[in-house]
Amino acid sequence: MSQISEALRGLRLGNRWDSAPKWVRSVGLLLFIAFAFYLPFLNILPFAYIRTDLNPTGSDWASVLFLIVVYMIAAVGLNVVIGFAGLLDLGYVGFYALGAYSVALFGSPSSPVVEAIQSRFGLSDEWAVPFVMCIPIAIAMALTAGVILGAPTLRLRGDYLAIVTLGFGEIIRITARNLDPITGGAAGITQVPVPPGPEIDGRSFFNTIDAERWYWLALVILILIVWLASRLEHSRVGRAWLAIREDEDAAAVMGVAGFKFKLWAFAIGASVGGLAGLLFGSKQQYVEPNAFMLNLSFLFVAMVVIGGSGNIVGVLVGAFLLTYLPERFRELQEWRPFAFGLALVLVMVLRPQGLVPSRRRAAEIEDRRHEAEEAAADA
Amino acid sequence: MDFDALISGLDRHTLDGITRGSIYALVALGYTMVYGVMKLINFAHSEVFMVGTWTVLGVYTVLGATAGMGVGAVVGTTVLALLAAMLASAGTALAVERIAYRPLRRKGAPPLIFLITGIGCSLVLVETFGQVLKAFFGPPFGRVTVNVPSVIETKVVFTIPGLDLPVTNTRLLIIIGAIVMMVALDTFVNKSRLGRGVRAVAQDPDTASLMGVNQERVIMLVFVLGGAMAGVAALLFTIQYDITKFDIGFIIGIKAFTAAVLGGIGNLRGALVGGLLLGVVEVYASQIWDSSWTDVTAFIVLVLVLMFRPTGLLGESLGKARA
Repeated sequence: MSQISEALRGLRLGNRWDSAPKWVRSVGLLLFIAFAFYLPFLNILPFAYIRTDLNPTGSDWASVLFLIVVYMIAAVGLNVVIGFAGLLDLGYVGFYALGAYSVALFGSPSSPVVEAIQSRFGLSDEWAVPFVMCIPIAIAMALTAGVILGAPTLRLRGDYLAIVTLGFGEIIRITARNLDPITGGAAGITQVPVPPGPEIDGRSFFNTIDAERWYWLALVILILIVWLASRLEHSRVGRAWLAIREDEDAAAVMGVAGFKFKLWAFAIGASVGGLAGLLFGSKQQYVEPNAFMLNLSFLFVAMVVIGGSGNIVGVLVGAFLLTYLPERFRELQEWRPFAFGLALVLVMVLRPQGLVPSRRRAAEIEDRRHEAEEAAADA
Repeated sequence: MDFDALISGLDRHTLDGITRGSIYALVALGYTMVYGVMKLINFAHSEVFMVGTWTVLGVYTVLGATAGMGVGAVVGTTVLALLAAMLASAGTALAVERIAYRPLRRKGAPPLIFLITGIGCSLVLVETFGQVLKAFFGPPFGRVTVNVPSVIETKVVFTIPGLDLPVTNTRLLIIIGAIVMMVALDTFVNKSRLGRGVRAVAQDPDTASLMGVNQERVIMLVFVLGGAMAGVAALLFTIQYDITKFDIGFIIGIKAFTAAVLGGIGNLRGALVGGLLLGVVEVYASQIWDSSWTDVTAFIVLVLVLMFRPTGLLGESLGKARA
């Protein structure tokens, strides 16, 4: 392990990238993005071996790519909470579920909520809230839930927050399962709307067959979210999060309003999670409570910390690995939770800063290690 | 909402709640002691309990225990199962400490990382019983609910006069067993030399180590004691509910943690108060609404307690508990 990391350090990819001229970086980034858009059609050997549909039982490659990108969006959102602000949110799946349920409840003509609105205002059976309107609704619902959950609990120590958010994730799922008259109960909601678009070959633009269109849509949103998150990281708010994460008391003394910024992180993270859930629900065109088990929360946390909490590139790598590998090796899928658990323990014990660490965070952990050694030497 | 069902059977539901709460309280001890000493939620503690329930099942299977044995055989198998469960749970807790927490303590990692390795250990343990053991040994391991033989036959021992409330032997055993274990632990922590070490580290780790308290040993002791209590809880749980499952620890763990917070985390007596209270509240809630909402009750209680009384009902730390 240490030899590998030494070898990686020898390459100094990060430093080379940073010291490259600006035009090289821009061109490199554009090429990378173009490649990402081309990925669903990747057919050049040997690169095509990364596809997941090589054998007949494999999963549809474009759908897998879509799922990877949706999880990347969620992981970038969770990274704002865990990586930037240092708050452990174990109920992130709750916001993800809220996003998916919002678009289903308001957008599907067969949802109990829409049916109630139809009969109340005498609208036709076809009527539902248009998809575009569902986006702000989903974000607003997730954001509100984030504030409602965060306001009473963010004043507490971090560990309490972990348990309370865990409970929140379960509350959302159990409520969705038990509130039959509103959420459709265990049967879920069908006819979830898809984004609008021109009809091609007699099918609507976003349909269940042409998954690459969904992938491109998610990719555009991911690029937007990554850009926003990296702007946020280096803003005044981002610096406040950093200060709170490292030492809340010291930050408070320096005039950083801890509670306010923590709530911001929580709300921003929640709304991104809601957006990811919306994309997921819309692509499935079907939403049911069992899709939002707590394991998904742990998966999101694992993506963030295994990749490198606090570093957006690291988080994207983590999300990619943890979504792609189980799909590529589907025959091992039932071992996935076990592998997660093992990976979480191993990576964290051997490399507490993650696979692709945030440089600042790695330096902080190194610093603490020295302090711990000095303390041990004193004693 | 159905208050009539609650009121008409209030005595019965209260007894039910106390039984349930006794088990929560025992598991809560593990959380509260580790938290008191290390300021850390041991996420894998729920799985320490789960391992205990499987150990009980294992002992019963090996000994061929079933319902309807003689009194001597029942007492013998139960005591053996109890000891085995305590050992297995304490061993698991110790292993978790070794693998997931000690290396990080050496590295001085931030608290978040401890939580994450705890979750990792919890997943590994759950999956070991849900998947890994199934691959090697086949059923009963796997993702299904497994029946544990009810070795002790449920009989009505006496009826509480005035209330006309029948008390069964299993309930009596659970309530008395839990309270005896808690009193024993409380006495140990408050009276013995080792217990004084625990309280000293909880209060001020640096000063305690200056005074010659071996912090590593105290931490190990805390994990062993908490694990053993979870083992006791596991036996009592199987006596009452006759089942186990690979993920049975999850929901009990959440409840027990809620109980610990409710009573005041870090406070041993608080765990008892919190556990009993939570058990009763839950049973009442399942009568008023619907049993499918029971699990939500614990979470809502937890949020409410944290909002209004973040230190819990008997909010003080293990270190400050009567020196």
